[in-house]
Amino acid sequence: MVKSRLTCLWLAAALVAATPVFGHEVVSYEIVGDAVPMALGGRVGDRQRGKVIVLDRRRGNCLICHTFPVANEPFQGDLGPALGDVGKRLSEGQIRLRLIDPLRLNPKSLMPAYYKVDGLREVAPEYQGKPALEAQEIEDVTAYLVSLKGQQ
Amino acid sequence: MQCSRFLVSGFCGVAGLMGVLLPVLAADQTVRPGSFYMSKNLQALQADDIANPGMLWVSDGESLWKQPVGRTQKSCASCHDAADVTMKGVAARYPAVDAESGELFNLEKRINTCRTRHQGAEALAYETDELLALTAYVAHQSRGERVKVHIDGPAAPFYEAGRKRFYTRVGQLNLSCAQCHEANAGRRLRGDTISDGVGSGWPAYRLEWQTLGSLHRRLRACSLGVRARQFDFGSPEYLSLELYLAKRAEGVRVEAPAVRR
Ligand code: HEC
Ligand code: HEC
Repeated sequence: MVKSRLTCLWLAAALVAATPVFGHEVVSYEIVGDAVPMALGGRVGDRQRGKVIVLDRRRGNCLICHTFPVANEPFQGDLGPALGDVGKRLSEGQIRLRLIDPLRLNPKSLMPAYYKVDGLREVAPEYQGKPALEAQEIEDVTAYLVSLKGQQ
Repeated sequence: MQCSRFLVSGFCGVAGLMGVLLPVLAADQTVRPGSFYMSKNLQALQADDIANPGMLWVSDGESLWKQPVGRTQKSCASCHDAADVTMKGVAARYPAVDAESGELFNLEKRINTCRTRHQGAEALAYETDELLALTAYVAHQSRGERVKVHIDGPAAPFYEAGRKRFYTRVGQLNLSCAQCHEANAGRRLRGDTISDGVGSGWPAYRLEWQTLGSLHRRLRACSLGVRARQFDFGSPEYLSLELYLAKRAEGVRVEAPAVRR
């Protein structure tokens, strides 16, 4: 009795250790040329959610550097290219890599890597060990950008 | 409260008083005062001594300058007489190494050291109205003077540390000071126009804060914006950056107390 309870506890502890506490682990992905053709962990992106993430100052906050075809956002940045037609210029896989880790394409890129935890320094405690966006969020944002074909 | 608002707003300030945005500058390396990148409205507000809200702290500072404090019951004026004579140009050559301690001092640290060393009073905390007022008052005596700091001799290691930090990418968003303030001055980051990152307007009245704030408070906001570790007010990290910023700004005229978004 006592023994089996102990075993149970031990098992539970092992499971916790294997499952990252906040679910912020970075899933592996394959780069082909200048793209990541496959969705992260096979997740399916949602364009509407992606738009919300792009606008959300606590998550994507992409408007600090890019302009998007969105209403009621008079203040948009111009550090990066306008993205209103990015879905016409780039393939889904190309967009995905540019979100995951643009430094792979241009080591001097100003654009932050949104799905990367290593190689960073002096990260604020609340963001340590976490990518700026999670796998599902990367897929959502990718789906939104793919839909931007420039006709707005 | 203040902090969570920052997290949410990131770099974005209040929407009002934007005025005309400046065009992106040619890639010349001229370092300009922060006001150069501000809207016409803010430039006008800063230039008008009656309307500039920072002048309220300057006039408080003038009273504090003459007020006896601490064990010795000396005022700043007991040692330094009239600030418009003795303090003229001081802010333009700060931060500077203090001969007695060998430490790098900005105005705040100098003021606090005068309090503890000479007045027998307690040091004032950063962002208290008293320290802001005294700093603004002293800085204001240098308005129009050109920034010129020493970076040799005992200042050299501080300068080197600041320079290194300016070019180091940090935070979850992995950006260096230089990537914004050197490579992209004149461009827009949301509603802000990025300046050359010069400290010569500080302490400054920031509309987003609705108060005067120190340069180190501004630097903490930049660190937070890239989701990097924030250093303490008066920390060696921000002090050495302050020296590097001042060297970069050599020849720029002091404009404290400035008005910013
Ligand atoms: C700090 C500035 C910054 C932020 C924040 C930023 N970007 Fe970028 N982005 C850039 C720059 C600069 C480029 C140009 C390419 C380069 O420098 O690598 C770029 C390029 C891109 C590209 C490739 C565009 C093309 O035409 O080749 C995409 C896609 C993109 N960004 C999407 C995003 C999204 C989505 C977000 C938010 C989740 C975001 N960016 C946040 C600066 C930024
Ligand atoms: C992602 C962009 C970005 C980064 C990185 C950044 N800043 Fe800033 N900084 C800004 C913006 C935007 C402002 C507000 C507009 C302005 O005055 O430039 C600002 C303001 C300032 C100011 C006030 C200038 C004035 O005249 O009022 C100073 C000084 C400054 N930054 C220094 C730094 C230093 C030092 C670092 C690195 C520790 C840094 N910044 C990193 C964007 C950035």
